[in-house]
Amino acid sequence: MSAAGTAPGGARRVAGSFVRKPLSTAALAYIVVVALCSVFAGILAPYAPDAEDLPAALTGPSWAHPLGAGALGRDVLSRLMYGGRVSLLSVLISLGVYLAVGVPAGMIAGYRGGRIDRLVLRVSEIGYCVPAAILVLVVVTVMPADESAAMVVLGLSGASALARVVRSATVGVRGELYVRAAVANGIGDAVILRRHILPRVIGTVIVQASLFGAAAVGLEVGLGFLGLGATGVSWGTLIGEASKNIGNQPWLLVPSGVLVALYTLSLGLIGDGVRDSIAELATGPVPRNRRQGERADASDRPDAEAPPKATQPDTEAARSSRITGALLTVEGLHVAFPIDGVETEVVTDVAFAVRRGEALGIVGESGCGKSVAAAAIVGLLRGGGRVTAGRVLFDGDVVFDAADDRAGRSRKPDHKQRALRGGRIGLIAQDPISGLDPSFTIGSQIADVVRAHRDVGRRAARERALELIAMVQLPDPARIYRSYPHQLSGGMAQRAGIAAALAGDPDLIIADEPTTALDVTVQAEILDLLRGLRDSGTAVLLITHDWGVLADFCDRAVVMYAGQVVETASVRGLLGRPQHPYTAGLLASNPHNAVPGEPLPAIEGAVPAPGDWPRGCRFADRCALVTDECRTRPVPLRTSKAAVPGDGAPYLTRCVHADQVAAPLTSPLPTIEGRPRVDAV
Amino acid sequence: MRSLISRWLATSVPLVFGVSMLTFFLGSLVPGDAARAILGLNADPDAVATLHHQLGLDRPLWDQYWSWLIRALHGDLGTSVASGSEIWSDLGARLPVTLWLIGGSVLVAAIVGVTLGVTAALRAGFVGRLVDVVALLGASVPVFWFALLLVTVFAVELRVFPAIGYVPLSQSPGQWASSLALPVLTLGLTSSAAIAKQTRDGVRTQMQRDYVLMLRARGVPERTIVFKHVLRNAGAPVVTLLGLLVVGMLGGTVLVEQVFVLPGLGGLAVDATRAHDIPEVQGVTVLFTMIIVTVNLAVELIHRGLDPKARA
Repeated sequence: MSAAGTAPGGARRVAGSFVRKPLSTAALAYIVVVALCSVFAGILAPYAPDAEDLPAALTGPSWAHPLGAGALGRDVLSRLMYGGRVSLLSVLISLGVYLAVGVPAGMIAGYRGGRIDRLVLRVSEIGYCVPAAILVLVVVTVMPADESAAMVVLGLSGASALARVVRSATVGVRGELYVRAAVANGIGDAVILRRHILPRVIGTVIVQASLFGAAAVGLEVGLGFLGLGATGVSWGTLIGEASKNIGNQPWLLVPSGVLVALYTLSLGLIGDGVRDSIAELATGPVPRNRRQGERADASDRPDAEAPPKATQPDTEAARSSRITGALLTVEGLHVAFPIDGVETEVVTDVAFAVRRGEALGIVGESGCGKSVAAAAIVGLLRGGGRVTAGRVLFDGDVVFDAADDRAGRSRKPDHKQRALRGGRIGLIAQDPISGLDPSFTIGSQIADVVRAHRDVGRRAARERALELIAMVQLPDPARIYRSYPHQLSGGMAQRAGIAAALAGDPDLIIADEPTTALDVTVQAEILDLLRGLRDSGTAVLLITHDWGVLADFCDRAVVMYAGQVVETASVRGLLGRPQHPYTAGLLASNPHNAVPGEPLPAIEGAVPAPGDWPRGCRFADRCALVTDECRTRPVPLRTSKAAVPGDGAPYLTRCVHADQVAAPLTSPLPTIEGRPRVDAV
Repeated sequence: MRSLISRWLATSVPLVFGVSMLTFFLGSLVPGDAARAILGLNADPDAVATLHHQLGLDRPLWDQYWSWLIRALHGDLGTSVASGSEIWSDLGARLPVTLWLIGGSVLVAAIVGVTLGVTAALRAGFVGRLVDVVALLGASVPVFWFALLLVTVFAVELRVFPAIGYVPLSQSPGQWASSLALPVLTLGLTSSAAIAKQTRDGVRTQMQRDYVLMLRARGVPERTIVFKHVLRNAGAPVVTLLGLLVVGMLGGTVLVEQVFVLPGLGGLAVDATRAHDIPEVQGVTVLFTMIIVTVNLAVELIHRGLDPKARA
């Protein structure tokens, strides 16, 4: 493979990204300017470092001495310039040792592994534990007045930490394909390390070096301040001099202190800048370009000037979705998320209702907006999501109204939704283990929920938690109570999650794919548990993509596609005579209906991304029945006139050709693409 | 628990030995002769030779180290070349000052850092950015310069705290606290910057985790979520960082005790360094290393307390 010869040229691109950051560039410029001033102090400095001007001794800034004058009237500006020579040289020495030892040691340890690796780790551990300042003091004792020895030791002490960091970076790169390919091609280790691994770890090295540089400046200045450093003028001795005269002329603290503080700050900023540039390289430019391209496409679309807007709700849909006396009613719900800085609607005009004690399913492919709609009900949208229009009613009460929210009429728009959480509506997570706090026992987490909703003491909450654990049929409740989430299997954790959801005695449970992450056998048990709940009068809103689960569990179902409700009907009606080609296609591609030996039919194409929705029917591009009528204008959700088996609940569908889809369901199910059963009607 | 202790011993014991050996051999490189240093330049060469022999300086280096080690294990760290006093009693007299200083600074760093970090994590916009700037500045300002700044403001201008000196706790608790206030603020505030940054990042990461969403969904109050669940989970890296900061603070005491004229271990280290008093420097170094390994153990134990998986 040709890629074997080329390591991704990370360093140059990181540099490119770095120079686009104004703060980091300014920091780099400051470092360079200060360094140049020190190197050319002989030319630039207005005075010699020890030139005396006794009348000006210990004065603040003046024309003659722009940064003031210290003891004996020595010019502070000039002395800072000359002082930089000593201080910066020392820092360079330690930085040189730091890099020369730390980088190769870390790279070889990470690349070779084995004994060398263990040795490097061991030595670096020791370096970790000895305060560098003390080590440097010991060296200064041994070799007084020779700062360079101390700075070498400082470099060595820092290198132990650097080696560790470089080692882990190298281990990460070593496993990558192009490095393995280079090894397979017989390229020598030295060449691989230099040409393939070094460019990838160099960014990390710069970050570490900038931090170390900052520490080295601090320590060098500290030595000078203590009078243990180099003889002669340095930044540290200048601060030391200032501290002796603090009572007479506090100004003297300012120039030296600010110079050094800015220097360390700049090194820190450079480190941050490089780190951010690396992070951008890992995640940034490539997808950003792609999305920009998409956006350009979108604006080319003729209907782009009329994107789906949160306007008045689709009235017929809202009316026919309304059920008098429903426990939960969602009307005209629009939800938008910021996608690449542009607020994009991902759910539009969703309406449905859940009766008391009823099980309603929401079904659809991933990315249809099922989970977003559910999260919006309880006001728990993540990632900057926002309800842009619509209302949520619970038990006849308006608990959320986007109009209020927009008008700013309520200061805490979600306080009514908050009041519902746990106590009226319980939520069951898709991934049971990550839904539990890893640091607390199962029992304490359930007991906390009990106490959040009931005014009971610790002991009573504990008793109730144990009851709940027993109720979800977990064995040995006392032991489970003391267990931590990581000690449970997925199925057990999901039972615990259900117990926590029940702890506030809710009237409605929202279960977002509660069995997706579980084994098939466990799935059935969890569904049995939920069925038991429903039978005892708790309403359930079940989000799923599994028709088997839906058929097994739900009374009615809402089919969602591309952020819209495309059908709402009784489950029997949906399964018996789907009126929307999408529903029919989903049913056909259900593995439960697969015919042995024949390929499983699938809906070709993919759900269009939010923001790319067509003006007309959103399913048009994947539909075999599509006609011009479908594409010209939005298709409303209508009551189907076809006779549907069911319990008399209205059958709502969003298809122009609903009557053509309605084919009796036999096996094999009709496919949408390729072999439409339209002629069969 | 037993494995934790044995793992700790396995790293700590060699570490303390290693550091003592390192300082010992480094110390042997010092030009000049301790015997001459004790007796003075004009001493009789015979007397110097006798003392030289008495001090064991004519024996091989490893032999000298061995006898130092045996004596050290019996609690005898030798006598100071400069003052002639028992090193052990020097260390004992100065240890409390440094421990109070470090302990107070850790407390200040933790309280200020965590408060700033949580505030920055939960409040976007201005407050968050302000904390960022403060954290960057705190990490950049040289410790002793910040100390001098505090002295200028609180001791010279406002005159609320003494600029220098130390009053033992047993003598007057009020004056003791007052004498430690500025040094503790110096070390604590400069270290709090790093804690604030770590806390902010940790809390932000934790707030995105699924369990936080589920706690909200279960109706657990937001305050409980942040202060009980999120802080606990964001705590482990903060504790690790605090441990590393203690190592840095021990180095910082060298400067801070100098600025505030505190009779602590850092000041002792500087004085011994200036006097080329190798046994004393060695005693301080070994004691510092022992403090550090103790801190490491404390960090491990706190981690065990915080993370149930580490307890298994």
